[in-house]
Amino acid sequence: MWTFVHKLGSPKWCHALCARLQPGFWIAAGLLLAVGAVWSLAFSPPDYQMGDSYRIIYVHVPAAILAQSVFVGMALASAVFLIWKIKVADMAATVMAPFGAAMTFLGLFTGSLWGVPTWGTWWTWDARLTAMLIQLFLYIGVIALRGAYGRDDQGAKAVAVLTLVGVVNIPIIKYSVVWWNTLHQPATFTLTERPAMPASMWVPLLIMVLGFYSFFIALTLYRLRNEIMRRESRTRWVQALAD
Amino acid sequence: MSSREMPVATPTRLGWAHVCLAQLRRELALARRRGGDWLNPLLFLALVVVLFPLGISPQPARLADVAPGLLWVAALLAMLLSLDALFRTDHADGTLEQMLLAPQPLPLLCLTKVVVHWLLTGVPLALCAPWLGVLLSLPAGAAPVLIGSLLLGSATLSLIGAIGAALTVGLPRGGILLSLLILPLYIPVLIFGAGAVQTALAGGSAAPAMALLGAMLALAVAGAPFAIAGALRISVNG
Repeated sequence: MWTFVHKLGSPKWCHALCARLQPGFWIAAGLLLAVGAVWSLAFSPPDYQMGDSYRIIYVHVPAAILAQSVFVGMALASAVFLIWKIKVADMAATVMAPFGAAMTFLGLFTGSLWGVPTWGTWWTWDARLTAMLIQLFLYIGVIALRGAYGRDDQGAKAVAVLTLVGVVNIPIIKYSVVWWNTLHQPATFTLTERPAMPASMWVPLLIMVLGFYSFFIALTLYRLRNEIMRRESRTRWVQALAD
Repeated sequence: MSSREMPVATPTRLGWAHVCLAQLRRELALARRRGGDWLNPLLFLALVVVLFPLGISPQPARLADVAPGLLWVAALLAMLLSLDALFRTDHADGTLEQMLLAPQPLPLLCLTKVVVHWLLTGVPLALCAPWLGVLLSLPAGAAPVLIGSLLLGSATLSLIGAIGAALTVGLPRGGILLSLLILPLYIPVLIFGAGAVQTALAGGSAAPAMALLGAMLALAVAGAPFAIAGALRISVNG
């Protein structure tokens, strides 16, 4: 067990592991997303109030869940990097940030589209929307700080500190805007209660969420390999690979 | 790191309180010699407040409506602008390295610096805000809550902002980046700070919002000095 964890810290070994894990996650992502998309768009019943417009939930909810998970993943990687000085963890945090920002934007964008038929407005200063918007700015801040330090990993520790400060602040921001203003419906999935939707609606949603997660993992592995190659480009094993 | 294992010379062991006091005096002396620098955030606040009646409407009723939030946003931006210089001169003249090398705990020294920053920007801003509130037709009854919320809130803003200032001190153009990093983290303080004044104006009790501002300050005092110290070590040592 521990040798496995220690080996993960080696860029070369991690590069090889990513290559081995990648195909499985790509296949899972492709299958889950295809099944989920067809099921949710063609076979699940329309909502009795919102009609077909509710189907945007099948992109909206997975994107929003991913937006939060990716930040937590980034924070974990940053903590590992700061505590054990494992470079691969910082590389993982680097490649996760743009994807998280994209998911946050996708969640906001689809929510905005969905808001027009249901709430009658593109935007409202509701707690969840505001919290997501602030989270998008946190992502952009993390990406911008890394960008300010240039392409090498000088700014890595600074970015890790900022990510950890951000993750401490996310719950505070969340609750402060919740007390400030609320219109959005409560979370669709909770671990403790059964969803309020019929199974024909939430099962494809669950498949879509799992599909998004698989896609995220596959893409992260793929980009992590590139990042390892880029940062370790002076080492002999990368040059041997390139030849 | 190696200096810890082989003591070269016995350093004079100063007590923590002594060092804090010495640093407090140094910072205040520096501020005194820099002259009117501490006035700049106040002038900024006054100018921003003057812009809004020109931009929105000079009607007293409309201005009084937005006055609490407006004063709070303007004070927050004034704090933000003053933060960029917090560690910059110390970084340029090598004082920061001496702070890092000092045998006393770095978080404590950072906390002292932040306290001075709050005394020289947050406190004057809080005391001036009600006077500018007069320009925005803010009822005089809201003044105590406005001062109290700004005193509590600006201390939190100083502490959080110092983390950002420490992270960007090594960068040549940190200013705009600093606002990008720090403003999202300022939002909870803004919500409850402006909320306290608004509830007081509406006739409710400002106590819950003030209690939350106090809670955020307590959290920031407990956590931020360590984050500032860590960020400074990273910025100086790479």
